[in-house]
Amino acid sequence: MSQPDFSHDGIRTARGKAFRYLFMLCALLSILTTVAIILTLLVDAVDFFAEISLVEFLTGTRWSPTNEPVAFGVLPLISGTLVITVGSALVALPIGLLTAIYLSEYASERRRAYLKPALEVLAGVPTVVYGYFALVYVTPALDTFLPLSTFNALSASIMVGIMIIPMVSSISEDAMSAVPDSLRQASYGLGATKFTVSTSVVVPAAVSGIFSSFILALSRAIGETMIVAIAAGQTPRLVDVTDPAGLFLNSIQTMTAAMVQIGTGDIVGQGEAYKSLFAVGLTLFVITFAMNLVSELVASRYREEYR
Amino acid sequence: MATDTPTDTDFGQVSRTKDVAFRLLALAATLVGIVSLAALLANVAVDAVGWLNWGFITSPPHPDPYEAGFLPALVGSIAIMLLIALITFPVGVGAAVYLEEYANDGLLTRFIQLNIANLAGVPSVVYGLLGLGLFVGLLGFGYGTVLAAAFTVALLILPIVIISAQEAIRAVPDSQRQASYGMGATKWQTIRNVVLPRAMPGIMTGTILALGRAIGETAPLIMIAAPTTVFGIPNSFESKVSAMPLQIYTWASYPETEFQYGVVAAGVVTLLIVLLTINSIAIVIRNRYQQRT
Repeated sequence: MSQPDFSHDGIRTARGKAFRYLFMLCALLSILTTVAIILTLLVDAVDFFAEISLVEFLTGTRWSPTNEPVAFGVLPLISGTLVITVGSALVALPIGLLTAIYLSEYASERRRAYLKPALEVLAGVPTVVYGYFALVYVTPALDTFLPLSTFNALSASIMVGIMIIPMVSSISEDAMSAVPDSLRQASYGLGATKFTVSTSVVVPAAVSGIFSSFILALSRAIGETMIVAIAAGQTPRLVDVTDPAGLFLNSIQTMTAAMVQIGTGDIVGQGEAYKSLFAVGLTLFVITFAMNLVSELVASRYREEYR
Repeated sequence: MATDTPTDTDFGQVSRTKDVAFRLLALAATLVGIVSLAALLANVAVDAVGWLNWGFITSPPHPDPYEAGFLPALVGSIAIMLLIALITFPVGVGAAVYLEEYANDGLLTRFIQLNIANLAGVPSVVYGLLGLGLFVGLLGFGYGTVLAAAFTVALLILPIVIISAQEAIRAVPDSQRQASYGMGATKWQTIRNVVLPRAMPGIMTGTILALGRAIGETAPLIMIAAPTTVFGIPNSFESKVSAMPLQIYTWASYPETEFQYGVVAAGVVTLLIVLLTINSIAIVIRNRYQQRT
């Protein structure tokens, strides 16, 4: 958008240019932040991998950064993260998807007006508060009928799941609202019920947006820190997939919780445990960054589908 | 599913029951999260009764739950938040103005935009490592100081501030810009006298909501080694600082029931009240603005 420039005042033009570059600098700061994140993680991670080989880190099945004998196998942490991710996905994906269908297809304008902000509150509660809720209310409540440990993956998963519901529902709902009404009308014309229209027409038509919301929500669950640090415990163990009940009833440790444990310990210095923070952080960053990127690409596809 | 597909044979076999059942299921799903949170909030509010009092708000932490207070964490949180506002507001608005008013739709702009979206999804604990490596390590702001905490969390909420400021600027009608240009104003004059004043309520709302997010962040503060318990009020940028969520995290690990169901509940309620106040301010600004136009 080029505008005719009627000002021949040299100082004003110069000042305009100066502001343009100043604003550009602000925008470039975001790229600088990404670069800084990558460099910060890489510098110490590279140091770490000079002492512990990458293969040992990625394939080791024991994580014990401070207790002798020390071991830096990240697999137990990744498996712990997976447990929380799967658990919270089981809560948030179906509930979030149904919520999106309700808001987009069933709810009246008035009802949407207060349901949507109420759902957003779920994502606005500080995670440390959720973690506390999981530890002191959810776990004792579930403990009355389940053999739960004080720290367990189950209540942490439920809390993470509740926290990410609005992420699934709001993005999915946007995608469903973007589905043209003509598709719905065509289906109604064939005698379909609202149920059929929602599940067989709207959901398939909005599938890329829904998929994008799923990935974003999972990425948020993977990076979630305080809920799991408080409620899921600090027991790094390679989970046993043949025992699905044991997975959720007992304490685990995620990548993020391991970072908090090292961060709260008094090992701030230059030891291996300190450097392992950055190796785990890099692993976490790469995983979530890749997922966010995929989500963004999928989402940009659906935005163009019905233009 | 098969019965719902209108084929030649079962045309007209439309299940009303299934339709109604699905509607109720979807409604239940919509409410389950809201109702759970409401129940948990009711629980914590009941537990905080008797613990959340003037003494709690105005005392430093104490190993005895009946003496324990929240003052340093409360003041620390607010100090960090004010500094974050000073950092993110100009930078966030500047970036948004560039992206909306100056940048063309080229590759660099799309890259910056994608990058901002991605930054908004980076886990907060990773920002904590950035703060540890950059602000504490390289720039020497010191472990757990007000300065280190504010800069770390500022970078965390900057993408949110930029995105909401962009939306506010985009909402300014183009006719107003054209009118300004028509009067002979330069681009900068148009931005300063027309675009920014019109977009300011929206920008303020977005920034304040982002500050609400900032005040609840815990993980980045842990990573920059903010002390879990501080007894004094921070009196300079280099003071070691605690914050409300950090103090809650510390207390939650104490085994005594008085802490778990009393002191922490009081802390959680205080944090939520502060958060509610911040968000209400944002909503009041938004509503005022909406009424005027």
